[in-house]
Amino acid sequence: MTSSKIFSIITFLYGLALVLYIISWVFKKSFPGKLAVAATIAGATGNLAGVILRWIESYQMGIGHAPLSNLYESLIFFAMTIAIVHLFIAFKYKQRIIGVVSSPIPFLAMAYASLPKVNDSIQPLIPALQSNWLIAHVMACFIGYSAFAIAFGISIIFLLKSPDAEQQTGIMARIPDFDTLDDLTHQMVMFGFLFLSIGIITGAVWANQAWGRYWGWDPKETWSLITWLIYATMLHARLMRGWQGKRIAVLSCIGFFAVIFTYFGVNLLPGLHSYQ
Amino acid sequence: MTKLSNSDGFTNTLWKFFTSVKLSVFILLSLAMTSIIGTLIPQNENPMLYLKKYGEFRFSLFKSLDLFDMYHSWWFRFLLCMLTVNIIVCSINRLTATWKIIFPKTPKFNINRFRKMKNRQEWTSTSTPETLKTAYETYLKKRFKTFLVEPAENGYRLFAEKGRWTRLGVYVVHLSIIFLVIGGLVGSIFGFDGYVNIPEHESISSIFLQNSKLKKELGFEIRCNDFNISFYDSDMRNRNRMPKEYRSDLSIIKNNKEVIKKEIIVNDPLRYAGINIFQSSYGQTKASGLKYEKQAKMGQSIDMPGNTGTLKIEDFKSHFPYRGITLDNVYICVFTPKEGEPEHILIPENSRFDAMRNGDFIISIENLGNHLKITFTETGLKYYTGLQVTKDPGVPIVYTGFIFLIIGCYITFFMFHKKICVELTTAGGKTNVMVSGISEKNRPGMLSVTRRVANQLKHLK
Repeated sequence: MTSSKIFSIITFLYGLALVLYIISWVFKKSFPGKLAVAATIAGATGNLAGVILRWIESYQMGIGHAPLSNLYESLIFFAMTIAIVHLFIAFKYKQRIIGVVSSPIPFLAMAYASLPKVNDSIQPLIPALQSNWLIAHVMACFIGYSAFAIAFGISIIFLLKSPDAEQQTGIMARIPDFDTLDDLTHQMVMFGFLFLSIGIITGAVWANQAWGRYWGWDPKETWSLITWLIYATMLHARLMRGWQGKRIAVLSCIGFFAVIFTYFGVNLLPGLHSYQ
Repeated sequence: MTKLSNSDGFTNTLWKFFTSVKLSVFILLSLAMTSIIGTLIPQNENPMLYLKKYGEFRFSLFKSLDLFDMYHSWWFRFLLCMLTVNIIVCSINRLTATWKIIFPKTPKFNINRFRKMKNRQEWTSTSTPETLKTAYETYLKKRFKTFLVEPAENGYRLFAEKGRWTRLGVYVVHLSIIFLVIGGLVGSIFGFDGYVNIPEHESISSIFLQNSKLKKELGFEIRCNDFNISFYDSDMRNRNRMPKEYRSDLSIIKNNKEVIKKEIIVNDPLRYAGINIFQSSYGQTKASGLKYEKQAKMGQSIDMPGNTGTLKIEDFKSHFPYRGITLDNVYICVFTPKEGEPEHILIPENSRFDAMRNGDFIISIENLGNHLKITFTETGLKYYTGLQVTKDPGVPIVYTGFIFLIIGCYITFFMFHKKICVELTTAGGKTNVMVSGISEKNRPGMLSVTRRVANQLKHLK
């Protein structure tokens, strides 16, 4: 079996998980929810297997490198980290319902990766990327992005849930209470902030090794700093000014837009990080 | 006196201004928003390009606001400076106020606060308070750093806590930012960032600075012995083939002596005397026509310049038949390229010979009586290596900041100060147990800690 075949199967699995989560939420059944978790576990496992297989395939082609070098590979890795962070929440915080907002992301990432305009061939590494820092840098960044993506999903639920929904009986009542959502957002943002910091730092150390400067105000660097500053603001507003609830949810959404722009938007701007 | 109190008042107002978290939020957001500008307007380009792109009015407007080099502009630096002062003042202010609370000589516990906690767990046990006290004491002492017990009206109160020091995590984060700012400052004052192109076989002793384009003497020479580029696709006709490696063989020469020789590639620079030399670009240039002179005796092998191979002059013939004609006064030589088979070449006296087929050198030989003078003249196209040459003494400070930032964030986000109180009260032959926990920072985290402690205590008799 080739890695690309595995990737089409897991795209299906992530899609299935999404449908099951929605069914579980709308019809208030726990069984589809459990199935959805199972599908996500299968998807994430397959995703990991696919990444490893692609790594092996690149070695068989004689241009061996970690599959973290272009847009296609980054999307697949992103899908995997989100699925894993999502499973972590499902088990640690016993909040399966979050799957309704976090499972679309791995599905969409995989679906986007399978579009014909995204080059899925295994390409050799250009000299600048030939470094062990590549793995640490990309992994840390994407773990951070994943946590922010899930924080964004939770914030969206928070904003959709109307204040009097606490007493409602409809499907909106089945989502966790405001305090839980608020705390989950905060937890995810802290987790993401730590990993974004590690991602920026490993990138800086790498840049210093490859180009002799740890910071060059390249658009992607700058946008990652902008993202970092927004989440830093959010953490200060919450911890020092006691901001909670809606305002934090809004900041979390703004932060995630910065993440998305750091990830995709920067390709529109010139710089070292643009994906080919 | 009045004057003094006035200035005191001013200092106070200034101090208060910088202790405000509103200011921090304002500066952080200002830095985030203004940083966007520099990603939309390409930085440090040729002024002519800007003029063409933005027109005269916008060009002069942007120029006056330093938008073409905004990350080094006075106002961006001012914001960074404000952030640093804000961080220092806030940290000092909070730390002096809370140090005694964080590290009291004798830890104090307020039972009423514990009684009010929502996370408290309560149950009844058949054991006496004394038995429970002994069992719980061993348990709590093992898991918490500080332990206190005090008698109450009808029983005991047990207090335990750990992780008081984790409240310093946020100061570690703040300190890390100060390290980053200082490191950046040290780098921009005492460091430089330059570039230089060195054609193969040539040396340079000065570089050009990236920003000012001024020349800077290095105090030593860098020689490019060789430059090689390799591709993933070996098909020469493919114009879009991907480069696999750029490799420069460099020597550092100080006082005419080679001190270091190293092959550098991207991601593996040469470091010498605090100066880093990076593979950055490459290109082709017309050979300089540089001449290298060497001396040799008949039958002796000499190295060709730039490590390209060896040349041995075997014999001299005044008449030499060659392909049907007779050559007068020729040297019969053996040229051994670095990679490849040796070949015989003929070099007529006082004439020039294209030694290598792609024309890297022209060789001429002159008889000076007791020895031969051989001149190599460079010709044709040759590669140059583009090097980035930097010095940044701020790097160790910045890296220290990096380590502090990661450790500080970890402590601040994932560790917290935990205080636990267990109250044992006798009531009708039974003992009422209450377990409650306080954490200033992480209430949900404390809830699960309290639950876990309570569950484990329930099993102790």
